[in-house]
Amino acid sequence: MSGAKVKSEAAIPSAGADMGRLLAQDVVIGGEAAGPATGAQRMEPSHSPRATLAGQPAHERPLPRSESVAAADLHREVEQFLWRQAELLDGKHWQAWVDLFADDGIYWMPVAPEQTEWDGTPSIFVEDKSLMEIRKGRVSHPNAWSQAPHWETNHLVSHVVVESSDRDTIAVRSRFHMMELRREVIRHFGGSYRHTLARDADGALRIKLQRVDLFNSQASFDYVLQIWV
Amino acid sequence: MNPSALVEPDRVHKSVYTDQQIFDREMENIFEKVWVYCGHESQIPKPGDYYAVTIGRQPMIMVRGADGKSIAVLHNRCPHRGVQLVGNLKGNTGGAFVCSYHAWSFHLDGNVRAIPLARGYEGTAMNKSNPDCNIKPAPRVDSYRGFVFASLAAEGPTLLEFLGDAKIAFDDMCDRSPLGEVEVVPYCHRMVQQSNWKFFMENQLDALHPSVTHQSTGISAGRVEKRIKEKDGHAPLHYHYLSTFASSFEQWDSVQTINFPHGHGILKAYMGLRPQDPDTLEYEALLRSAYGEAKTEEYLSRSIHHVLIYPYLSVQSPLQQLRCLRPISPDKTLSEIWHFRLKGAPEAIYRRSLWYFNLVNSPATMINADDLENWTKAQWGLASDGGDWVSFHRNHGDDRIENGVAYSNHGTSEVVMRSQFKAWAKYMQGDAA
Repeated sequence: MSGAKVKSEAAIPSAGADMGRLLAQDVVIGGEAAGPATGAQRMEPSHSPRATLAGQPAHERPLPRSESVAAADLHREVEQFLWRQAELLDGKHWQAWVDLFADDGIYWMPVAPEQTEWDGTPSIFVEDKSLMEIRKGRVSHPNAWSQAPHWETNHLVSHVVVESSDRDTIAVRSRFHMMELRREVIRHFGGSYRHTLARDADGALRIKLQRVDLFNSQASFDYVLQIWV
Repeated sequence: MNPSALVEPDRVHKSVYTDQQIFDREMENIFEKVWVYCGHESQIPKPGDYYAVTIGRQPMIMVRGADGKSIAVLHNRCPHRGVQLVGNLKGNTGGAFVCSYHAWSFHLDGNVRAIPLARGYEGTAMNKSNPDCNIKPAPRVDSYRGFVFASLAAEGPTLLEFLGDAKIAFDDMCDRSPLGEVEVVPYCHRMVQQSNWKFFMENQLDALHPSVTHQSTGISAGRVEKRIKEKDGHAPLHYHYLSTFASSFEQWDSVQTINFPHGHGILKAYMGLRPQDPDTLEYEALLRSAYGEAKTEEYLSRSIHHVLIYPYLSVQSPLQQLRCLRPISPDKTLSEIWHFRLKGAPEAIYRRSLWYFNLVNSPATMINADDLENWTKAQWGLASDGGDWVSFHRNHGDDRIENGVAYSNHGTSEVVMRSQFKAWAKYMQGDAA
């Protein structure tokens, strides 16, 4: 480049009508001749504009335990259990679905991921078996008007990890994706399940607590969730 | 468009629910003039805490000032090139708003703080002493018992004049706290209704619909409630929240509505929220030591199910919840639902009302599911050529009117809708209702 170098602090030269001369001015920002800090350099951030999840920045969230502690047969049993639960929902076998819960079992969908206790906190769902029975009775009633339009769901459950297992309880985490068709509209719900399982007197797995974290739980809901996810 | 031609004393033209021009005029003449609820003071306790809130069509920010006391409501817009200043629903902006485009920065009251290379504006009309360099504020901000409102009109009725007798909504909620104050429970249920905002407002005081619309849930809950009562002698109150929806037409007809000027109104109480269990007795004793016998009785005997503040707010004071509408388009409305905690009241009282928040007002509600279905279908029905008018004839001419307040002689009287549309027509003609 043959034109004169102009320091960035210098006044911008007036080229008048001489476009050729203007284009010959070459300004280089940076280098050893930096002037006082400007623009972004001068702004000391006093906050982070990022939204937080789980009440903390994403990089502070603990890493998930990746290894499954279960032997192959237990892992397989748990997987079969979760898949059966999903199929019962998609098949609208409400009572069979409720029966998967222990007598004191709880189905819980918190509003936000940082919530830790189902008891006494705002929730999207928080149902014991009595409340499940109300919901089951309601959706089965001939005059449950919002049930009139055709609707179906389709669940996929994956990423099953048995996090702990002892004589009394098995802690399992998994991921789900539910598509819901209502009239002619499809909605998607994704998220994670945490099942706390125990065995009943016959040795069958039963749900003590199922926690459902919708990853879009804090977005606005277009229409409501009619039934468990 | 002549609003008075659309509203007759006992019926309204369908276009008030479906027409885009009417919607635009509603935003201009009603929502961007009246006092609109922004939030509760306890949502933004610290300097720089903010909530994004929509008033009419205007994206606004409610923010706590640097002194920790003042609250400003500002347009979410940089005065330089129009970029929105906050991109999140809520958060803390630190000591200033800083625009992400050219780093104009603003104090928490909206006044400009710094402009990079400010000398570039020397000799122009846009220098720091020009108020156009500041974020445009809502002309009026006021609060009542911790509930913050803003009006985008510089002139008009004061907040208390606008609320009128409906201010009982906030008195009734706060008086139920031994400290006279509530604080927000920091989780908001947000739901989009595929219907005009007016359906919600009408429905809130429509006492004929519950036993029809909510029959399935009411009956199912009643069956379970009865079984628990037979087994344990009593059932928790939250079963009753659901079962009472299936009360008979005659019972609902006995629940009176009170219809104030400006379209506000009250549905009187019907749930019987004063059981004599140990938790309630402990709570009432706290109120008596705070207020004395007479005041406590006055506070707890108010017959209110919920109070409607037209055109966008429903306050269920006895259970400390609030539903606020943010209209989006003629056929789309966002509702924001909040729960409040009575300061100084026992945990059990909070938990009791929380059940209503979780069972009736959550996005998995067993109640509003069927309301939303009705309103969606109403929106579709009214868009058709199957008829031009919507009927509000029930008990027309039968209501008792004293000092501009209409008291229904029948709970199911459609005086509610007649009264709301009287206010609506006045607003739409440009009058303060």
